[in-house]
Amino acid sequence: MCGKRKGGCEVLEIENLTVSAEGEEILKDISLDIPGGQIHILLGPNGSGKTTLLRTIMGLGNLRVEKGRIIFKGQDITHMPVDQRARLGIGIAMQKAPVIPELTLGELTNMMGEKHGGTRNASQYSQQLNCDYLQNRPFNENFSGGEMKRGELLQLLIQDPSLILVDEPESGVDLDNISVVGEALRNLLKARREVEKERSGLVITHTGNIMDYLNADRGYVMLKGRILCSGNPRDLFEEVEKHGYEGCKECQKILQKQ
Amino acid sequence: MSKNSSETIKDKQKKLKDRALNAQNKRAIYGPDIDISPPSEATDEASLSSLKDLEKRLAEASLLAGIDVDEKNRSGSFFQRGNSVIYEGIKDAYQGKIEVLTIENALEKYSWLWDYWWSLVPVDMDKYTALVELYGRGGYFIRILPGAKIEEPIQSCLLLPENDSSQLVHNIVVAEEDSQAQIITGCTGAPTVNKGYHLGISEFFIKKGASLSFTMVHNWAEDFHVRARTGVQVEDEGTFVNNYLLLQPVRSIQAYPRIMLTGRGARARSNTVVFGQKEADLDLGSLIELNGENTSGDAISRALSTDSSRVMMRGRLLARSNTSKAHLECKGMILSHSSCMNAVPELWVEGAPQADMTHEAAVGPVSQEAVEYLMSRGFTEEESVAAILQGFLQVDMEGLPDILEEMLQKTLGKLVKSSL
Ligand SMILES: Nc1ncnc2c1ncn2[C@@H]1O[C@H](COP(=O)(O)OP(=O)(O)OP(=O)(O)O)[C@@H](O)[C@H]1O
Ligand SMILES: [Mg+2]
Repeated sequence: MCGKRKGGCEVLEIENLTVSAEGEEILKDISLDIPGGQIHILLGPNGSGKTTLLRTIMGLGNLRVEKGRIIFKGQDITHMPVDQRARLGIGIAMQKAPVIPELTLGELTNMMGEKHGGTRNASQYSQQLNCDYLQNRPFNENFSGGEMKRGELLQLLIQDPSLILVDEPESGVDLDNISVVGEALRNLLKARREVEKERSGLVITHTGNIMDYLNADRGYVMLKGRILCSGNPRDLFEEVEKHGYEGCKECQKILQKQ
Repeated sequence: MSKNSSETIKDKQKKLKDRALNAQNKRAIYGPDIDISPPSEATDEASLSSLKDLEKRLAEASLLAGIDVDEKNRSGSFFQRGNSVIYEGIKDAYQGKIEVLTIENALEKYSWLWDYWWSLVPVDMDKYTALVELYGRGGYFIRILPGAKIEEPIQSCLLLPENDSSQLVHNIVVAEEDSQAQIITGCTGAPTVNKGYHLGISEFFIKKGASLSFTMVHNWAEDFHVRARTGVQVEDEGTFVNNYLLLQPVRSIQAYPRIMLTGRGARARSNTVVFGQKEADLDLGSLIELNGENTSGDAISRALSTDSSRVMMRGRLLARSNTSKAHLECKGMILSHSSCMNAVPELWVEGAPQADMTHEAAVGPVSQEAVEYLMSRGFTEEESVAAILQGFLQVDMEGLPDILEEMLQKTLGKLVKSSL
């Protein structure tokens, strides 16, 4: 079933991915692998292409893959429609999800419960994520930043994907809710890890707070559409915190070579 | 009520006829002009002793228009087949609480009714009102007696059994003081009937403290023309809820009920849910006049348009009291390239600068971003669009019987699938 590169069992393999939007190259020659059970962290300044990478993996938006491939559990999904990818087991918590005035959060999560294994789970997770009071509100309409994030995670929990893509789960979330969100993510990833090996994640963060909840295995720094360096996520984050993205020595070396 | 001697009634009748004769060629303000020749002589149909004796095909058609032929959960029933009223009945438990009569019989029984007759809708409004005055037959008179609380809905069915036939009716509903009731009216053609026209006049009188919810379902067919003229008067602390559902094809419909909140604290809510399909030309909406103190109103419209249908959504709120509060919503979704949709929300204020009037209007396609979002949760495109459309058409219709709610959901599901 799984890809056989480097002898490991990769859930996600991205090979030399170049992506454009409206004629402009946004991602350039990106390669990365996420083995089953691992969580990888994506760092990078605003506009560097992090969200675009996640959206490309999910199959969203008007993005064009110019070059390269995306392999999920051994299957080439580079040009697969978004809903099929979701049904294969990829799920995303978006940085900015749309407002859907036609559906309440409750209607949406009920639909999802029916699709992904039980409305009872839906209400249990809603309670866990402190979303009960939002159930009758039109989805994302006038939701606060933190409410939107919790709404995204709530859906991920119900969906229970084997690869989760999480775009800035903690931005705009207060300290109390960071622990709510963090615990939920941890449970989603950890609990599954014991059952099946291949539960994996790719998580974007600016603050690094989410790393307190996740045992991240690897980190990447993105700059101008490229992955410049990778390594231990905590070390990378410390480096960036100290010197900023432009001051990351490893990145500078690479940039200067170009 | 004023005393109407037979002399003054005759006089009144003559004046109405004269005004109607003069208006026979008067075009309506809204909607396409349709050419209507006077209807042919009416045929008298035998009346039924129970709705269960209805021909099967007619029973099926009326069921789809929300009519329960078993009358199980209904307090009273009225059934008009073409030009003949074939059934009127009230359950024993409701005797003395409601009246359901053919309009001609009611006018004969109650001379005071002549003061209501054509009092909210001008007889010479346009050629359609004129035609109903000159050639109309039937229509119902429903009266809920003072203080009566009617739990089960009263139902009426206006059915066209033959192709190329017509129905011209004049209805009057009187909700007496402090009464409470729901009325369901199903207007429909028989299953194979494709062509015809229906002109309906309705005048509603909601007395002090009374509350009436009126639900009208239209199930016509591709070659039907429908013109409805409706006037509603709501007195002190009265409530009127109007639900209008159109989910089947039709050639043209134009209706613009006028709801007058004359009494202090009178309330109205008008919900319009329509689906424009095939060649339909729909011009629908409502006018709420907030004349009394503390009056409040909501006029909510939701429309879908597909194929080459044209949908005009109107809505007007007119405030004449500083303490009036009202909200108007016209929202449409366009599902095809060759359909048209117009939303015309209007807020009028006359000498009431403090009135609180708001509106929301939106016309557009189904949001691609929202569809894609739902797809990213594992739903197919079809499921995603269906969920959005169902959510879109879901308005809070107070007093909508469960069967209609179910039917609405079912029909929607089908329509969404076929429109993708
Ligand atoms: N559909 C699109 N059309 C045109 N430009 C796009 C499109 N999507 C993204 N971009 C551009 O690509 C670049 C990368 O955007 P992206 O959202 O991936 O950045 P990011 O790293 O997630 O930034 P942030 O930290 O601010 O969220 C930006 O310059 C953005 O404006
Ligand atoms: Mg981003």
